[in-house]
Amino acid sequence: MAITPLQDPPISKRLAKNIKRNFIERIIEIILLFAALAATFITLGIVYILVTEASGFFREVSVIEFLTSRQWSPLFEDAHYGILPLVSGTLTTSFVALMIAIPIGTIAAIYLSEFASHKTRESVKPILELLVGVPTVVFGYFTLLFVTPLLQKLNPDLPTFNMLGAGIVMGVMIIPYIASVAEDAMKAVPMHMREGSYAMGATKFQTAIRVVTPAATSGIIAAYILGISRAVGETMVVAIAAGQQPSFTFNPLEGAATITAYIVQVAMGDLPHGSLGYQSIFAAGMVLFLLTFLFNILGHMARKRFAERY
Amino acid sequence: MSENKLNIKAEAKNLNFFYANGTKALKNVSLPVYENKITALIGPSGCGKSTFLRCFNRMHDLYPGNRYEGQILLHPDNTNVLGKGVDPIEVRMRISMVFQKPNPFPKSIYENVAYGLRVRGERSKSAVDDKVEEALKGASLWNEVKSRLQDLAFNLSGGQQQRLCIARALATDPEIMLFDEPTSALDPIATVNIEELMSGLKNKLSILVVTHNMQQAARISDYTAYMYLGEMIEFDATDKIFTNPSRKETEDYITGKFG
Repeated sequence: MAITPLQDPPISKRLAKNIKRNFIERIIEIILLFAALAATFITLGIVYILVTEASGFFREVSVIEFLTSRQWSPLFEDAHYGILPLVSGTLTTSFVALMIAIPIGTIAAIYLSEFASHKTRESVKPILELLVGVPTVVFGYFTLLFVTPLLQKLNPDLPTFNMLGAGIVMGVMIIPYIASVAEDAMKAVPMHMREGSYAMGATKFQTAIRVVTPAATSGIIAAYILGISRAVGETMVVAIAAGQQPSFTFNPLEGAATITAYIVQVAMGDLPHGSLGYQSIFAAGMVLFLLTFLFNILGHMARKRFAERY
Repeated sequence: MSENKLNIKAEAKNLNFFYANGTKALKNVSLPVYENKITALIGPSGCGKSTFLRCFNRMHDLYPGNRYEGQILLHPDNTNVLGKGVDPIEVRMRISMVFQKPNPFPKSIYENVAYGLRVRGERSKSAVDDKVEEALKGASLWNEVKSRLQDLAFNLSGGQQQRLCIARALATDPEIMLFDEPTSALDPIATVNIEELMSGLKNKLSILVVTHNMQQAARISDYTAYMYLGEMIEFDATDKIFTNPSRKETEDYITGKFG
């Protein structure tokens, strides 16, 4: 009897590779990939423009002067190119804003997540989020025409353009961002963690402060980072209400231009393309970008450090 | 079994329980919890055994709309745990609980055990130190963690986390400890550890444990209650339930005819 040689059995048609389906899947994957890369490319494009334009600026102005001089007057006859006054303005207004937004935003988040009844939460949250929809230019005039006069009643020496009023209103503007993101983080803490705390005889408040908040730390930090980025990058409020005069000061009772306010001021003026003044806004923009980038990195590190593992 | 002195530590009397959606989850349930004994609640999923357990420390109060009817009396003072004027926080200080899934807090091992003392306002560091050590020893965890008390509790294994939760519950000297399927998320070795631990703990306190594992009930408990569809079908000494149950339904369940 002849032995039949071993052979691969024939593959039935149903099990054969489906070339058409694989092709379509591949196309879909590529489309998705491009959508995902779009934001990345735009970011890289922005960085490219910032760097090339700013490098023209740094051919004329030394980096040392840029980083150490305490005067910023690129549009004057006697030009100085020290970024410090703009940085101090940005940091001061942001600091005031965060002093308002972080405590109130966190407390609001704790209330909404842990104390408010379902009904209250569903009616308070939309109102809070309505604040996000108000155009920032409205907040700017609100500061100039309402908040600053109010502050001047308390302190008559306060100039019309000051960082305190701008910072306070900016803080109010940021509250909903912090409250909303922090509340989501706290809501995400699993119920069994809370039950463990209540079962030990803890009160609602003890549970919120000692268990839920630490468990949500990473998300709460993310909320703060978002708030910081908003504060550092905020433009209209400070451009309208904090003043346009660069001045190296950390005193919120004075007026001072921020990086963003300076960029608005120059971008709306009629400086010739390619002039040093024109290029200076890219140098300032780069500092702003690096500042935000730095906060984001710090935030990322903090979030990793406190990543939730429940 | 030496049962020369058998005290009732707590007893449920004609307990009905309604969830917020109106479901009647417990129907006229009565049960004694004997002092220094382990009482096991068995029954198929959804029979109300966890619901019943969670009445003892008023966990249902955390969710609005739930309603109790009837009594759970806590002896020797005869307090009705479910009474209108009774503070659930006070109840939870006397009756502690260990959950199905280990749920340590996002804190150090030390702070997890100290939690109950902290919420009670204990300030003295030496008193907290002593209690933490005592509780960790009571939960046979001390030797494994004494050199790293400041480590995050999440770094422990699942079985160690569950023993940590037991230590946490022990630290405040509860009179009764409730266990809600304490080993269902654990491997067999960790399960044995927890079972041995529970058997040792009954010298100090009374234990009520929900388990869906009948062998576990047979191994560790002194008394067993069989529940079905929100009703208490049979309650007796564990030996009796597993060898000679009086009710046909109980026999069907423990012999595996259903459930």
